[in-house]
Amino acid sequence: MSLRNIGIVYRKELTDSLRDRRTLVSMIVVPILLMPLLTIGMGVLTAKIIGEAMKEVPLVMVLGGEDSPGLMEKLGNLRTVQVVPARPNYADLISDKRIRAAVEIPRGFEAAQERGETPIVEIDIYEGELRSTLAAHRLERFFRGMRDTKVRERLMARGLPPNFIRPFEITEKNVASPEKVFGNTFGAIFPYLIILLCLTGAMYPAIDLTAGEKERGTMETILCSPVSRTHLVLGKFLMVLTASLATAALATSSMALTLFGARTMLSGAGPSQSAMLQAKVQPASILAIFLMVLPIAVLLSAGLLAIALVAKSYKEAQSYISPLILVIILPAVTAVLPGVELNPGRALIPILNTSLICKELITGTYHWKYMALIFASSCAYAAAAIYLAVKMFQRENVLFRT
Amino acid sequence: MIEARQLSKQFHDKKRGPIRAVDGVSFRCHPGQIYGLLGANGAGKTTTLRLLATILEPTDGTAVVAGYDVITQAEKVRANVGFLSTATALYGRLTAQEMVEYFGRLHGLEEALLRRRIDEIFERLEMNEFRDRRCDKLSTGMKQKVSIARTLVHDPPVMIFDEPTLGLDVMAARTIIGFIRACREDSKTVIFSTHVMSEVEKLCDTIGIIHDGRLLAEGTLVEFRARYGNLDLEEIFVRVVEGRVPEGIASRP
Repeated sequence: MSLRNIGIVYRKELTDSLRDRRTLVSMIVVPILLMPLLTIGMGVLTAKIIGEAMKEVPLVMVLGGEDSPGLMEKLGNLRTVQVVPARPNYADLISDKRIRAAVEIPRGFEAAQERGETPIVEIDIYEGELRSTLAAHRLERFFRGMRDTKVRERLMARGLPPNFIRPFEITEKNVASPEKVFGNTFGAIFPYLIILLCLTGAMYPAIDLTAGEKERGTMETILCSPVSRTHLVLGKFLMVLTASLATAALATSSMALTLFGARTMLSGAGPSQSAMLQAKVQPASILAIFLMVLPIAVLLSAGLLAIALVAKSYKEAQSYISPLILVIILPAVTAVLPGVELNPGRALIPILNTSLICKELITGTYHWKYMALIFASSCAYAAAAIYLAVKMFQRENVLFRT
Repeated sequence: MIEARQLSKQFHDKKRGPIRAVDGVSFRCHPGQIYGLLGANGAGKTTTLRLLATILEPTDGTAVVAGYDVITQAEKVRANVGFLSTATALYGRLTAQEMVEYFGRLHGLEEALLRRRIDEIFERLEMNEFRDRRCDKLSTGMKQKVSIARTLVHDPPVMIFDEPTLGLDVMAARTIIGFIRACREDSKTVIFSTHVMSEVEKLCDTIGIIHDGRLLAEGTLVEFRARYGNLDLEEIFVRVVEGRVPEGIASRP
């Protein structure tokens, strides 16, 4: 094994790749810009949508209630909603988003209350539709207010204090550390993103250094140099791995900066939000995650290299690799699903195992035995992928496929 | 020195089954001589030369190139061979100098020696003007010079050219032809393949006619003419390929 030759090939591939605009975009520009753009873009968009919906005075219909003039007057005076004349096709109008909600007042609503009965007010909505939900909330708030006033009047009439019907209160308090809260919420998505970025970072160079070389006619040129094919493929593999890790590292740094920026901007927000934002991820956790992801990056780099080598052209390589993305993303996505936890079986499934252990690591929980098992199994898969890439590079029918 | 001994290469095609691209080819080329491998497209020229350059491995037979066996000492063979074909392209994003440096380093040249060799070659081939220009920005003629410099950087005793003028314009082709001649003058062993008769007439000391993977006839141009009655080379080539070979020591079964 000549490290010198591997180094020469690696240095050349690095120089070559850094001069390629497509590699630069996939390795440096995308990972740096992706997170801030996604975070800020999504944030701005969400704020805009919710803001606009909040500003709207929703149109609502009141069905019935002719025998309850007090209620009808109060509803008519409401500023948070605008009451429009009732029509029998109210359900269609809600579904078509022409009105946001309707409220059905039972016959004899006021009289029934006076008799001590409990009539039911029904609010008709378009479930899952933001503006309909907001209109329903406003109507509910109005009716709750009315009900609370009625309760207070009844208690006073009997000479009882307002807390007579609330002998105690219930409240929730978070005892998990901010790291754990943050990790539990974002812990699953973070390793998924890292693995995805390792994949996207490796993809372009893996194709460029194999099928791309065949297409440009430089494969035969390099094969007639005295460097052995093993050294050649290892030099190329190191370049693909560099691109993969650089993409992941740059994206992580960009993500950290975005979070830091968001925290500074939102430092005046409410308590629940600030609890999330105050969360810190320990540098040791990030380091441990990278250590666990390293063999996965090796596995993806060597695997992509071996697959792209079979192709004769860049386009052909893309058609092999595109469906593969789904195969790789699937285990990473599975780990994001709530309730999917580590067990000895899952610890042997590549990518899923790493995603699951990283979910724990980000909360600062270290399962050493699982970590060792997952690291070892990932290393074994990575070694198999490198072996496959080396073997493929020695096959004439792969290198000179016609 | 190149010596091919019953060199054979069989490929496997899914539809057509096994194909013998090179079938028991034997010949010798000596230092200071140019051996021309003449054949139509698909005759087995490229495969033969790739076997000699150890880019492919023979299925039967072997060859000794610059004193090394192509099967057991492939890396040593490659260290002593300069291989040039129209298929051996340049790395477009490297400069002319970086391209030659890369191959010099892969050949194990020390930095001081590499510098000296590059200066010499760039001077000789008049390449200093575009030394730092990227290969994808060079003209076809300039690219040919970079390819030549790449094959020469380690000063190999054996040169293998696979249809080196294919698709080149007259000027670029002349550069290559001149370079092949210069290799002979430098006492290198030169083998080159072509289907252009005029190139063979101009350059070759010995001609081998290859067809369907087999070397059908071999000799000097004078010997061929003596045997076939002063016909032009194209006519001789057609007769050999069609099997109209007169009795003689140079014809091969």
